[in-house]
Amino acid sequence: MTEPPRSRRLRDTLLGAALVRLLRRLPASEPPREPGVPPPDIERELPSTRGAERTVLVALLGTVVAAAGFIVLYVALPDTQLLGLCLGLAFVCLAVGSIVAGKKVVPQETTIEEREELGDRETQEEVVGIVRRGGEGVSRRGMLLGAAGAAGAAVGAAAIVPAASLGPRVDARLHRSPWRAGRRVVDADGAPLTVADIEIGGFRTGFPEGATRDELGSPLILVKLEPGEVELPAEQQVGMPSGILGFSKICPHAGCAVSMYRHPLYEPTTPKPALVCPCHYSTFDVRRGGELIFGPAGRALPRLPLRVNAEDELVADGDYLDAYGPSWSGVRQERPAP
Amino acid sequence: MIESPVRFVDERLNAAKLLRKALRYVFPDHWSFMLGEIALYCFMVLDGTGIFLAFYYVPSDAETVYRGTYEPLQGATMSEAYRSVLHLSLDVPAGLLIRQTHHWAANLFIAAIVLHLLRILFTGAFRKPREMNYWVGVTMLGLAIFEGFAGYSLVDDLLSGMGLVIAYAVALSVPVVGADLALLVWDGEYPGGTVFWDRLFTIHILIVPLLLAGLIALHLIMIMKQHHTQFPGPRRTERNVVGTPMWPGYALRSLGLLFATAGVLLLLGGLVQINPIWLWGPYETYLSTNGAQPDWYVGWLIGGLRIMPPFEPHVGEYTLAGNAFWGGALFPLVVFGLLYLWPLIDRRWSRRGERHELLDRPRDNPRRSAAIVALLTWVAIPFVAGSTDRIFFRLGISYEAQVWVFRVLAVAGPLLAWLVARRVFANLQRRDVHPLRGWTGRVTRRTASGGFETVARADGDETDPVPRERP
Repeated sequence: MTEPPRSRRLRDTLLGAALVRLLRRLPASEPPREPGVPPPDIERELPSTRGAERTVLVALLGTVVAAAGFIVLYVALPDTQLLGLCLGLAFVCLAVGSIVAGKKVVPQETTIEEREELGDRETQEEVVGIVRRGGEGVSRRGMLLGAAGAAGAAVGAAAIVPAASLGPRVDARLHRSPWRAGRRVVDADGAPLTVADIEIGGFRTGFPEGATRDELGSPLILVKLEPGEVELPAEQQVGMPSGILGFSKICPHAGCAVSMYRHPLYEPTTPKPALVCPCHYSTFDVRRGGELIFGPAGRALPRLPLRVNAEDELVADGDYLDAYGPSWSGVRQERPAP
Repeated sequence: MIESPVRFVDERLNAAKLLRKALRYVFPDHWSFMLGEIALYCFMVLDGTGIFLAFYYVPSDAETVYRGTYEPLQGATMSEAYRSVLHLSLDVPAGLLIRQTHHWAANLFIAAIVLHLLRILFTGAFRKPREMNYWVGVTMLGLAIFEGFAGYSLVDDLLSGMGLVIAYAVALSVPVVGADLALLVWDGEYPGGTVFWDRLFTIHILIVPLLLAGLIALHLIMIMKQHHTQFPGPRRTERNVVGTPMWPGYALRSLGLLFATAGVLLLLGGLVQINPIWLWGPYETYLSTNGAQPDWYVGWLIGGLRIMPPFEPHVGEYTLAGNAFWGGALFPLVVFGLLYLWPLIDRRWSRRGERHELLDRPRDNPRRSAAIVALLTWVAIPFVAGSTDRIFFRLGISYEAQVWVFRVLAVAGPLLAWLVARRVFANLQRRDVHPLRGWTGRVTRRTASGGFETVARADGDETDPVPRERP
């Protein structure tokens, strides 16, 4: 007789070990009930388990294979899909094993348990009595309790006050944008924007030269209207060189960047040219200087007056005409002078 | 093998009595009781995956230039935070799997809590003696939503930035204290000081998870003290509990549910893409995008903000509340206020204060169920309005038309839902038909000769066949 190959010997050993373990687990017969006292509030049923145990075994082996596969893949080929598939299947196999074991292998029991009564008057009264007796012989109880309440409130308030140092006071900072008269409007790369850069039907985003772009007061949206298209009273038709209007790009509703421009270039041109915020659809009429025509914003889109310098570059002609950024309690107040 | 550890622990802690009780603890069986368990297991998955993620994340808005392996963003200026999540997702083995599993788990976590809450509301499980546990649960829902929002805000991609600026605007809009509040939280004007990112990180990985863990423990301790409720059935009364004991049957099945939850989440995390942040790009205040959808559990707030008419009351120069306050703060406050008050409202309505261990079916109390349907509708309409851009994309209905429809529905919808639901539940109760299976009841009658007969009740017979203890 020839020796079986090593791999087969290994397999036989593993299978044998698994079989021994399996047989050990099988109940020889139903265990004898304790004589005389079958608990009346328990229904106990021993399911026939052979098939179910095989399922559990296969599921657990599946877990081993999938988990080992995960480890191998992690080392050799860490691909997200394959890794997820392996580890997910490992857990799913484990779940199948546990649930089948819980429902088909172990004894199935239903028990009835009486609930305990909740609330016992006597003990409640005792507790109240114990608390009350603690104040026996104290003559100025009300006053002491009041003082203790005041002390507690004071200490609590004192403990919470340092939270105020988490941030600065409001003062004038929410009013202050980086725009000043004479500041050039630059694009995202820092190059000055000229009149020629702004075309009818499109928009450009501008920033104050030399200032941070992150703050809500900085980003500007620039659009150009046809001559005579502006529907503002004559005295408000200022700061719009060559029909170019600058608006804060930050929606006065919830602070999103107003980055959609609706400008029908051909018929039907009924919807007016408008800037639309993609978050909550506040819609601002550019012909009327940013007036709200739809959506939730409580204020118009603030306009920045512009002028043109000798090089035809766009330059701010002051700060926004109205407060920029989302509304707060002081947003309509007169701005402090810079 | 079992004796020695039991003896070891018992001789030191007297724990055998406790173990005896725990192993025989009874669980009533109903599929809907699994929802809370799924939420618990999601929390475990979130903890496990979250610890891994926390070791990679850099809570910093310091500017850096991307030089990683993802070509389209090569050379882009971005925050350290965003760069660290890109690195984690694209260069760390199994990093994307764990991040996506974490994200899916967060979505399922809150979904399971919401469904669990609906089960509790519709079956009256919040009634005495479980009010306190109900309040703990509602608190956990609020924390979970906040935690989820904080989590996807940390990434500092374009989508998180748009969410954070809206949160900042909602804080600003709060009457009187809003601006101070916002500047405190952000340490200055938006986008805030560098410490803001440390704050958000600490809140997301330490403070809220600890609070949730503590409340979960409290939730479970209270359940153990009171046992589960149960649906009426053979041998089940208001004073007992009928079900499967913890050991061995229930422990194995529940463990199976844990593994199944983890398995499904890992499969989702590996196979179904979620929040591909490298496509969104870094956030700048001047950038935004259309068609951006937040995680599902903030959809109702986006919708609330969206369908609110432009109402911003001010007295002279003093603004009473910014518009974002109504949809972003007051709306959720009212919803959560109603949820907290619910046990008290229900008690008022029923005018009864006794202990309830048997659950109602939704039809058993048409008024309560209709009120819950109305509340749900009030939340569901803004939720749908939160995806107007998807509706426009799919159906081509303009934003403006949609917003107007949702505005009307937000007012009329709950009322309509209340009326319809009340009728449906009352009819179901009267006819006692299963909405899907039809009539399932049988009537047992005493016959004239003294025997008993069991018959299906004739259609149109309005007498209540089941003697109920209700007045």
